[in-house]
Amino acid sequence: MLLYILKRLIYVTPVAFGVSVVCFLLVHLAPGDPLSAVLPADATQATIDEMRSAYGFDKPLPVQYAIWLWHVLQGDLGTSIATGRPVLGEVSRAVVNSLILASVATLIGFTFGTLFGFVAGYRRNSVLDRTASALSVFGVSVPHYWLGMVLVIIFSATLGWLPPTGAGPDGSGNWRPDFEHLRYIILPAVTMSVIPTGIIARTVRALVADILAQDFVEALRAKGLDEWGVFKHVVRNAAPTALAIMGLQLGYLLGGSILIETVFAWPGTGFLLNAAIFQRDLPLLQGSILVLAMFFVLLNLIVDVMQTALDPRIERA
Amino acid sequence: MTATKSDAMPDAPAVELGDLKVGFGKIRVVDGVDLTLERGQAMALIGESGSGKSVTLRAILRLFPEGRSRITGTLKVAGRDVLALSKRELADFRGRTVSMIFQEPLLAFDPVYTVGRQITEAIQRHEKVSASEARKRALALFERVRIPSPERRLDNYPHEMSGGMRQRAMIALALACRPQVLLADEPTTALDATVQIQILLLLRELQRDLGLSIILVTHDLGAAVEVADRISVMYAGHVVETGSAHQVVLDPHHPYTIGLLRSRAEGAMDKGARLQTIPGSPPDLANRPPGCPFAPRCFLAAERCRQEMPPVAEIAPGHRVACWRTEEAAAAFRAGESAREAVPA
Repeated sequence: MLLYILKRLIYVTPVAFGVSVVCFLLVHLAPGDPLSAVLPADATQATIDEMRSAYGFDKPLPVQYAIWLWHVLQGDLGTSIATGRPVLGEVSRAVVNSLILASVATLIGFTFGTLFGFVAGYRRNSVLDRTASALSVFGVSVPHYWLGMVLVIIFSATLGWLPPTGAGPDGSGNWRPDFEHLRYIILPAVTMSVIPTGIIARTVRALVADILAQDFVEALRAKGLDEWGVFKHVVRNAAPTALAIMGLQLGYLLGGSILIETVFAWPGTGFLLNAAIFQRDLPLLQGSILVLAMFFVLLNLIVDVMQTALDPRIERA
Repeated sequence: MTATKSDAMPDAPAVELGDLKVGFGKIRVVDGVDLTLERGQAMALIGESGSGKSVTLRAILRLFPEGRSRITGTLKVAGRDVLALSKRELADFRGRTVSMIFQEPLLAFDPVYTVGRQITEAIQRHEKVSASEARKRALALFERVRIPSPERRLDNYPHEMSGGMRQRAMIALALACRPQVLLADEPTTALDATVQIQILLLLRELQRDLGLSIILVTHDLGAAVEVADRISVMYAGHVVETGSAHQVVLDPHHPYTIGLLRSRAEGAMDKGARLQTIPGSPPDLANRPPGCPFAPRCFLAAERCRQEMPPVAEIAPGHRVACWRTEEAAAAFRAGESAREAVPA
């Protein structure tokens, strides 16, 4: 098992390298001059050139990439053009916030998704199944920034139960696990969990239905197991795939929550990316995309390792 | 062993089926089967695909979902009325009194548990024993069915074993709680020919040593003769002929049995000789014709066969046939056999 993890880590290296190249190039492909956003409109050509060479934008792209990569490897993601603060600090604070939000949303999504999925898979074509399926389709297809606004209207504006925006009462961007902060995370997390709930429910339904149709379930009944005994086998068989889906969803939520974080002013990576894009803050943009991409790679690795541990049929070494 | 209700009637036959009918929706797949399996006997149930043999077997364990199936008639195992069992009693009965081995052991084992774990699970389901005690029993079972290096094999996953070994493990699992009756659903169909005979011999040996009663479902007459004391031939949900293995194979009285015997590859495959087959295919069970269900394919069918269902007649002690024209059939078979013997090899 240890050998397998080591092997997988080695495989990750070329992937990570490729990701860094794409991150770097993608940002440079975007139109617009990053300096025009920070320099005054009447700056002289000399000032522009000076800034350009200070940020290294006057060098050829491959050289820029090499310099950038060298710094990244040393843990230096550069300095934000807009704020002048180190990108690493900005990104890691945002990543922590996003990770908290995404984890809570995935937890909600996984809980309800597996619940709906199991009920629908066990009672196929019943009213319960139809209801659960309809809810999952709704979850996958509803635009979630819209859903977020509706929830804000109901629970914040009308009922006044929950705060509409931000991560905490103090207005700072640091979320802590206490009751006050918990109230702030409920609306964005619920909004965010709707898609993973739908996707997990549909996957688990298909999985459970497929497992229940297999011969070994009849064999389990034939040796005297009751429904609870059979259920444990079904769970164990469904677990590897369900976990993989959950891991991928967590990855998507980490990076794909720009809309929700903007609607709820949640100080996470999506919020940061949004700001970086509009300010043409290249170092910040590159840094956050790279960190998010690396998270995805890491998550995939973790999911793979977990699946291998759970399903003996997957090759170990 | 604790005294359970199943031990209440030690003299009752192992399995008793009386006018057993199994239906799914409007289709009746098993249509009035009468069979008795004495204790310590092995019976083979043979017939084409769709003849109702596997359904009869599964009905004994009531393996069909309650809502979508209907079982009527008499169904007794060791004197106990299986159809009257509650859900709880049924679960205790399965694997404990009657257990089953399946056609494809790779599919019948849960792929994500070790084989050993699946056996100890069955033991601990039915008996209050410690995990280590259950493991010891599983090891003994693996030795009993002659799996090489059994200690190591217990920790194998199903996909890590060969087909023959998996079927041995499946037999070990079925015997885990010392059942009285073993149901085998085409246990050798998925195996290589050389492995088939080993599994059949193992079943025969276990049946003799442990005093098991076995019902073996197969479409392979050779397998039936190898293992069974009695053979019952099924067609379209009916038992058309039942008797000792000798009676059925050497002195068949039903045209369908004769057709099955003649369509075997062995002996009939002399150079240039055509393999004899039964023309046509089994009837549509949703639209049963009146009369004998085999009549449309029968070489002896007369007008009466198409009008009236033939009654079951006992032509010798223990040898029962459901046919209007048993004498003509038997005569035709004897004529065919002597003709074959007369042809110089």
